[in-house]
Order: sequence, then C-alpha cells, then structure tokens
Amino acid sequence: MRAAALRSRLRSRKVQAWLAVVVLAAVGGIVAGVVASSGSGVRVSSRFVTGTPEHGKAVRLDTSLYLPASTPAPAVLLSQGFGGDKTSLDGTARSFAEHGYVALTYSARGFGRSGGLIHFAAPDYEVRDGRKLLDYLAGLDVVSRVGGKPQLATAGASYGGALSLLIAAADPRVGAVAADITWHDLSAALFPNAAGAPPGVFKKLWAGQLFASALPETSLSGLPGSAPPVGPDRAPAQATGCGRFAPDVCAAYQASAARGLPTAAMDRLMRLASPASVIDALSAPTLLTQGEQDSLFPLSEAAANARQLAAHGTPVRVVWREGGHDTGSGGGVATSAAIGWFDDVFNGGGGGAGVSKQQPFRFSEQAGVVSAATGDAAQQTLEADGYPGIAGAPEDTETVQVSGPPQVAIAPPDGSPAAITSVPGLSALGPLVTRALDLLPAAPGQTASFGSAKLPDSVLIVGQPTVRITVTARSSADAILFAALRDLAPDGTEQVPAQLVSPIRLTGLRPGVPRTVTVRLPSIVRNVEAGHRLVLTVGTTDFGYALPANARTYLIGLAGGTAAVTIPTASGTPIDAGHPGAWLLVGALIALVIGLSVGAVLIRRRLVLKPDPELVDVPVSIRSLVKEYAGGYRAVDDVSIRVERGQVVGLLGPNGAGKTTVLRVLVGLITPTSGSVHVFGQPVVPGAPVLARVGAFIEGPGFLPHLTGRENLRLFWAATGRPEPDAEFDLALDIAGLGQSIDRRVRAYSHGMKQRLGIAQAMLGLPEVLVLDEPTNGLDPPQIAEMREVLQDYARTGRTVLVSSHLLAEVEQTCTHVVVMHKGRLIAAGPTAEIAGAGGVQLAVEDPDAAARVLADAGIIAELVPARRALEDVFLDLIGEAP
Amino acid sequence: MTERELSKVAATKRGIHDRLTTVEVGREPDFHPGRTLRLRVELVRQLKRRRTQVAFGLIVILPVIIAIAFQVGGGAGSDAPQLVGLANTGAFNFALFTEFASVGFLLVVLVALFCGDTVASEASWSSLRYLLALPVPRSRMLRQKLIIAGALSVAANVLLPLWAFLVGGMFFGWHPARSPIGGSFGTGPSTWRLAIIVVYICGQLLVVAALAFLLSVSVDNPLGAVGGAVMLVVVSNILDQITALDPYRHYLPTHFQYAWVDTLSSPIRWDDMIRGTGLAIAYAAAFLGYAWLRFDRKDITS
Repeated sequence: MRAAALRSRLRSRKVQAWLAVVVLAAVGGIVAGVVASSGSGVRVSSRFVTGTPEHGKAVRLDTSLYLPASTPAPAVLLSQGFGGDKTSLDGTARSFAEHGYVALTYSARGFGRSGGLIHFAAPDYEVRDGRKLLDYLAGLDVVSRVGGKPQLATAGASYGGALSLLIAAADPRVGAVAADITWHDLSAALFPNAAGAPPGVFKKLWAGQLFASALPETSLSGLPGSAPPVGPDRAPAQATGCGRFAPDVCAAYQASAARGLPTAAMDRLMRLASPASVIDALSAPTLLTQGEQDSLFPLSEAAANARQLAAHGTPVRVVWREGGHDTGSGGGVATSAAIGWFDDVFNGGGGGAGVSKQQPFRFSEQAGVVSAATGDAAQQTLEADGYPGIAGAPEDTETVQVSGPPQVAIAPPDGSPAAITSVPGLSALGPLVTRALDLLPAAPGQTASFGSAKLPDSVLIVGQPTVRITVTARSSADAILFAALRDLAPDGTEQVPAQLVSPIRLTGLRPGVPRTVTVRLPSIVRNVEAGHRLVLTVGTTDFGYALPANARTYLIGLAGGTAAVTIPTASGTPIDAGHPGAWLLVGALIALVIGLSVGAVLIRRRLVLKPDPELVDVPVSIRSLVKEYAGGYRAVDDVSIRVERGQVVGLLGPNGAGKTTVLRVLVGLITPTSGSVHVFGQPVVPGAPVLARVGAFIEGPGFLPHLTGRENLRLFWAATGRPEPDAEFDLALDIAGLGQSIDRRVRAYSHGMKQRLGIAQAMLGLPEVLVLDEPTNGLDPPQIAEMREVLQDYARTGRTVLVSSHLLAEVEQTCTHVVVMHKGRLIAAGPTAEIAGAGGVQLAVEDPDAAARVLADAGIIAELVPARRALEDVFLDLIGEAP
Repeated sequence: MTERELSKVAATKRGIHDRLTTVEVGREPDFHPGRTLRLRVELVRQLKRRRTQVAFGLIVILPVIIAIAFQVGGGAGSDAPQLVGLANTGAFNFALFTEFASVGFLLVVLVALFCGDTVASEASWSSLRYLLALPVPRSRMLRQKLIIAGALSVAANVLLPLWAFLVGGMFFGWHPARSPIGGSFGTGPSTWRLAIIVVYICGQLLVVAALAFLLSVSVDNPLGAVGGAVMLVVVSNILDQITALDPYRHYLPTHFQYAWVDTLSSPIRWDDMIRGTGLAIAYAAAFLGYAWLRFDRKDITS
C-alpha cells in the first residue's frame, strides 16, 4: 500500500514537474561545472628578473609567474617563439598551471619589455638568462623539491624549443625538457642540403620572414596613436635595419642573405645556437614534438635531436604532430603532450628516475580518416611502440622502384618563374590553399619525373625516404635542385605530401660529367593507397629558396633508368583505441539486464490474479471496485455489480458519476486501485483473452480517419485474428445503417454516423457481453427507438447488454435491470421495476380533486403534484438532489 | 439452405431483429491472443496513411532534386568538404553524399515519425482503446507496432541510399566510390561498404526509434512524440559540440552518429562504429524497456 501511495505520488503532475526541474538543474550544473573548471584557481603575477648584463649594463627580463591551485609544484620555464614575447605564452602557461605546474614565462632579451639585444640563442646571453631565471625559480617556496633539489623543467616552441634544449644542456638542475617544432642544426635548417652536408640552398623566404618578425614596427611608428612599445631598458637600434638585433648577429645575417651562403661569422653563430653542439650534455628526459607541416624546421630536425640524445642514453619521446610552422596550428597538441610528459617524469616514476628509455612514438596521419563532423579528410594520431632506430625499436623499410629515361631540366636565370610548393604563413589559411598549391604546375621544362608502377598495396610512409639520382650539369660547376615524392592518384590528381621539397646543392661538378648522389627526400607521414603511383620529381626551382642568377641546364636520370626509393614505414595503432569491444559488451549487457528485468516484472504482474470458478456462468462480476486517480480523487468508490445472462443492465448516473470508468476497467483499459473484475469467471487484466467475449463501445467512436467505414470494420475484425465468417459483417453493416456512406472515408462522417458505426463495430461477432457507453448520443429519435429494440433483441438470445446512460427514459424503457451511480458510489441496483418502486408508493385515483377533498376531510394534508416518471423520482430521491 | 443462410438472405431492416434473435450463443469465440493484430493487418493500417506515403515520396524525390542541383550548379565548390565535393563523381559517391546529408536530420525525422506516431496517433483517434479491448494483449500490440514501425524505418533507410545510388548512376555514371582521403574502392568493396553504412545507420537510429516509441506510448499526441524524439537528437547534437564536456559527451546518444564515415578509410576502422553500436543498444534497451513497463499498466484514458 505504501508502494502504491508512493507510485501515485510519483505519477502526480506536480512531482513530475519538480523531477524534471531537478534533472535539468543537475545537467546544467554539470555543464557549468565542466566549463567553469577550466581556468579556475590560477594566480598570475609579473615582475622583472635581472638577466645577463650587456656591455656592463644591467638587463632586466619581464616575467610572469603562473601559480597552480596547490603548491608546491614542479616549475616549468617557458621560452617564447621568435618574434613574440611573454604574452604569446599566456594560454600555454595557464594550461600548465591548471594541470598543477608552476609556470614562468618571460620575454626573451630583445623582445617585449625585456631589455638587451637579440643574440639569437647565444650561450653567453639567452642561455645564461635562462639559467638566471632557473635560479629565480629555484629560490621560490612554491616550487617543489625532491631530496633538496628543486623540480625544474624547460619548455617552448621553435626559438623557445631550442632555448629549452640549450638551457637544459647547460644547467643540470633541469629535470625534464619539452621542445616543440625546433631545430637541431640551424645551418641544416636554413641552408639545407638533402644530398650532402650544409651549407646547401638558402631558405630565403623563411629566413627573411624570421628576421623581419623581430624587427620593431618602424613603418607604423610615424602614425599618430601607434607609438612603439618602449621598454624601460630598451636599447636604441644600432645599425640600419637591425632593430634590436645585436650588431654582430645582424651583420652576419645580412651578409649571408646577400650571398645566399653563410659567412664564417654566421656559421659560428649558427653552431652556437644549435642544440647539435651541446646536446650531448643533456641528460634530462626530453620530449621532442615536431610538426608535419613544417618547411622551416622539418621532421628530420627532431629526428637528429632524438638520435643524438638516445645515443647518450637520455630518455627521449618523439611526437610528430599535426601542424607546424607552415600552418601555425597544433600548438595545443604539443602543450598537452608536454604536460603528459612532465607528469610522467615528475610524478610517474618518482623524481624522474622512472622514465624508461623506450618511449612510444606518436605520429599524426593527415587525411588518415574521414571527419565524422564535416565529411572532409581529417588527421588521426597513431602510436608505435618506439621511435624507429631508438632503443631497439625496429627501422622498417620498403622499397618502391621508380623509373624513367634521363630528362633535361632547365633552370631559368634567377629561378624565375619558380615552382611554388609552400609559402610561409599562407598554408595557415587552410586546406583550400594547400589544394590550390597542389594544382600549380611547375613551369614546363623545369622538372624531371620518374614514376613507379601502381602500388599493389597501400604504403604508409613514416619518415625520410631516400633515392639515388644521377645529375649531369651541362655548363655549371654546381647544381641546385629540388626533389620531392608525389602521390599520383589513378584519376590523375597529384599531391606533394605536406608541400615539402628537399633542396639539393651539388658543388665541384665538372660540366658533362654525371654524378650520382643519394637524396634524402622530405620527412613525411603519408598513406599512399593501393593503386596509386609514387612519382619522384626533381625540379630546378622553388619559390622559397635562393636560386642561381645564371641560367643552367641539367640532365637528370637514374642509374640504369631505374632506382629504388627506400621508404621507412611504421605500424601504429590509432591513439584513441581504448577497448571498443568493451562498449559493445557493456551495451549488450545493459540491454540483456533491462530485457530480463522488464520481462520478469511483466510476467510477475500476470501471475497475480486467479480465475474464480464460481463465476464461470456470470457474464460480469464487479466486486468492491475502487479507482483512485493521482491526488486522491476517487472516480469509483467501492462499487459491486453483478450481471446475469440475458439481462439488459442500465448503468445510470449523471455525468461524472464514474460510469465510464467502471466500463473502462471492465474492458481492461484501466487498472483498478483495488477490487476485482471477472468476466465469465476470468479476471480482467489488460489484454485478458476473455475480453474476446466482450464487445465494447466506450466514450465515443474511434476509427482510422483515412479509411472508409467498411475498411475500418474489416481491419478491426482482422485485428482480432478470428475467422471472417464469425464477424456477421452484414448484420453489423445493417445496424450501422450507413447505406452508400459506408464506403466513404470516416473523416467525412457526421458524429451520428460515427456513433452508429461504433456500435456496429462493438457488435461484430455478436459478443456474449455487449458494453455500450452512452450509445444514443447523437442519434435522432427514430434511431434511438430502433436501437432500443436492437438491444432487447440482443439480450433475448441469452446474451448480455450493459449500457450506460444519463437519460432516465432510455434506461427505463430499454433495461431489465438498473444500477444507479452517483459521485463514484453505487446508490442502488436491481430490476428496473423494483428500483422504480423503491421510492415509496404511488396511488392512482380516478378523480384527483375529489380524492384531495376526501383526504382533507379526513385530516390528511394533500397536495397535487404533476405525475412524474417513476424512475426519475427514485433517482432524484436516491442522489438527494431536488429537481 | 441452412437456417444460417436463410437468415442472411433476410438481412433487411426488419431482418436485423430476426437475425439477432436467431443467432444462438454458440461456443466460445475462436480467439487466440497470438493471432491478434497480425503484421499484415498492422502494415495495411500504416501503409494506407498519408504520412507514410508522403515520407516515402520525399525519399524518392530528394535524391533527384540533389542530382539536378549538382547537374545544374556543376557540383559543390572546391572549398566544400570533400565528401560533398565528390558527390557528383558517380553513383556510390552520390549515395554516400545523400546519406551524409540525410542522416543528421531527414532520416531522424522519418524514423521518429514512423516510431513516434504509431501508438500516439491511435490514441488521438481513440482507436487505441478498441484495439486493446479486442483484446490485443498490450505487449503484443507494442511488439507488432514496433516491428512494423521498425520495418518502415529500415525500408526508408535502405531505399534512400539505394535510390540515390540509382539516381547517381543515371546522372553521374556508375563509378566506384572515391574516398575523401584519397583512393577509390572497387565496385565490390564499394557495395560492401555501402551495406555496412546502411546497417550501421539503422543501428544508430535505433536510439531515435526507441525514444520516439517510448514517447509514443506516453503521450496521446503524435506531434509530441515525434517532436520530442527529434528534439532529443537536436539537444544531443548541440551538447556534442561542446568539447568542454569531454569525456562525458562520448556517451551522448548521437556522438557516434557519423562514425560510418570510417568505412571510407582503408582498411575500415571499426572502433567508433563498435562503440556507437554498443551505446545505441544500451540506450534503445533502456527506452524500450521503460516503454514496455509503462504501457503495460498504463490507464488508457484517451
């Protein structure tokens, strides 16, 4: 009973509304919480820290300290990219602080509000600044210590990445490093040579852009309201066009750029600024992230760093991520990789001792999957067990033969027109530009191409393919060429993976004498589909590089007309693998549990009621029926009705007396709160088979409006699954009496027509019990009279009719028995005659006036009242309402 | 002539009464709950409905309109997503594009319509109570209605790509599928992949179907049931856009709705499709289980 009460309370609309509000609030709270949790509890403070003095003058560095919610914590020194200042690191620093690290950002000397001049990652300036900043961090209470030593790390991207490596190599206190998209050997990056040692071909476009990015915005300084930001320690520019570059750096760059080859001074500067020269001293576990769309510092730079570090036993993890200098994207991936790396180093193995030498290798496959959101190609991250060639990880290679006859390639004077593969900064505009660049043809005659056969299987290129080519210069002693490996689809579309080319500079050639060299093609990650071809192209121009001023002609070929391209591959598994099978298993288990429990509940409900053998011959027996709706309203209150064979029972009561509710319970539409209903001794529950012996018309007709009256009756009978001859269709159609209208759609019927069709439907198959709820509503008087006769005939064969009405006359004329209900309670029940006689005795007299006189004489007060319908009297008496 | 046949001849107005009084109460009716509301009967009830016909008409017209648009407009612009850009390269890609364009809304609405309208519309016509008083056992009625609604949904899901394939073939040729990530598949693998896609999408729409069905047995208003189910999909899609909800949004019912594009990778990546299927099964079971529990004891007052 308590459970029932609870259930009914749960069903109440008010409670449901409140539940809905609570659920919505909970969902909203979770959303708000998740959104708010990003960025909570980070405190930022700025101050100047003294850096390395320059020419006897103090230099101060502008720093910001980001503190996590809880301290002490390991500290990360974040160095900026070239051309930025500490503000460009704000987002990264916040990410570190949110993940529980103290982060210190600073504007490198020569940038932002920091003093000094740019010496370009020089050991005596920038690197020494970094050590002073580490001193500052080591002195802070908020930095955690293990065994008395502060937990320090360096991180940064590009210029900052190189600084991180250089500082860490110079300072043994650094316990972990994360360097993103940076160089190994600056001369190999700025003067690359894919067929020998640098110096190779000057990467003029990138170098120029890099240099310019550090210059003050002089062109704008004359405009009102755009005064250049002046730092407190700012030194004036010292040479023309040098901005805040140190004079020696500026001069070396300018001289080298003019020549297209590095000067001796430039060589020295580049060597000092390269991790290659100092990285042997670096023993802190190092994360190297490198971008796959990077024509400035390609993947091969990170590869060189990784191999040199691993050779000295330093744990190193390599991630080839999406993006890079060409697109400017992917920084977030690098930051989260760095956070994960520092977590492993500082917390995973207890003070950095636990990072193993073999680290997983992650790489991003561009266009590896189709984006579910856009339908466009999207990258996926794959993970291999180890970086190829490091700590025992295998170096897998495949070979693909390319072939073709020797071809003449012309280099126009000053390299114009030049092939355009990638343009710094332009690729950031998106895939549209990349696709456009793919379509740009090289000028005719500038390129030699050597194709492969169609690949029988797809090949995943991960790394730097190599190939041997033979070059003959017709007239010059040197040659500058650009090699690339293209992916040629069967439909003729051709792509240069990541828009990368390998510049080649050959010197000491003798005109007409061929030289065969091994070319290191661009490092890429590319899945070349089966059926595609690989095409080796060797061109004479590229927009991004310094090209010879005089015209040349080369003959480019392969030894014997064919050459093997050695392709490094790796087998990785998608990073977000998890255990997809578990989802299916859990899903299936949930489904199974739900299915079994629902089934159990349904079966248990069926078993509650038992048939009553004593009532087998009683068409309808209702005992102590109570139906209580939500809110405690009792529509039916303790009603007992027994209907015998052959009776026409009228259920009489005003609107709202509970008649319809009783009938609905009788046919199993409503579950009673308590009490029982039996039809021929079988308990009535929803769908009880005994209901097949009951025909019902309850609270108006219900038809499919898009079907005709005849189709409705046919389909209704078809739904019972009983044999068609049992339906007595002709009889039902006669009772409906719709004539030709029976073949019109029900939608067009009048209320009365639907009413008659509904009654006819209830009589289909001539059920033993016919339940009619207000059948005469909407019928005209002749039809009512007809109906009355039909019902009496119906009962004459031993069938039973239970008809409800609020019309007294109808009940009195039609029914053998009557049940009177009012406000859900049973008032009276019995044969119509008996009930009609229950309201006292009436005396019929011949002359009412004389009778009145006689009564008055006898001392009885008498009053004349108009004769009323007998049942109506009783009824009004019973329900206690004045007429 | 037997008496029964005689009385049929006399079925005039007056004949009603004669007939009524002559048909004796016979044996118990030849009634078996397992025969009620047979699938064929329910199918006829649904197929004759205007909304069913309109829905399938839409499926037939839509690919033709898209194909004509591509023909006239010369294909999507080069900056369009590649699955769109490849749409007019052949029958398979056109079918793929049509799926991609339809799965997020059109198919959702159609499935919600078939499954959400099926019980609620009976309630709104008041015919539900007559079916139940027949009596069609409630579980059986739900089962039969769900089977037919599901069959109509599957039919829509199969018809759309199949018809789009034919239309695409007629307009753009019968070329095998080309993947947005490069490469094309042979005719065999293309067919195989298209079949996987249809099956997977059917599985994903099971969630929509189950929810629509739950709403259908809960409310008496077809619009509420269909609209409610569509609304859930829309809300789930919106929440799925909020990356801050990671990793919880992976459990949203629509999170893996488009995982079928993984069939365009080579080899096919099954991970997300397996996850999506597991999720769909769990959601569908929960919704359907609740629908059964609820309807079994529901007071039919419509």
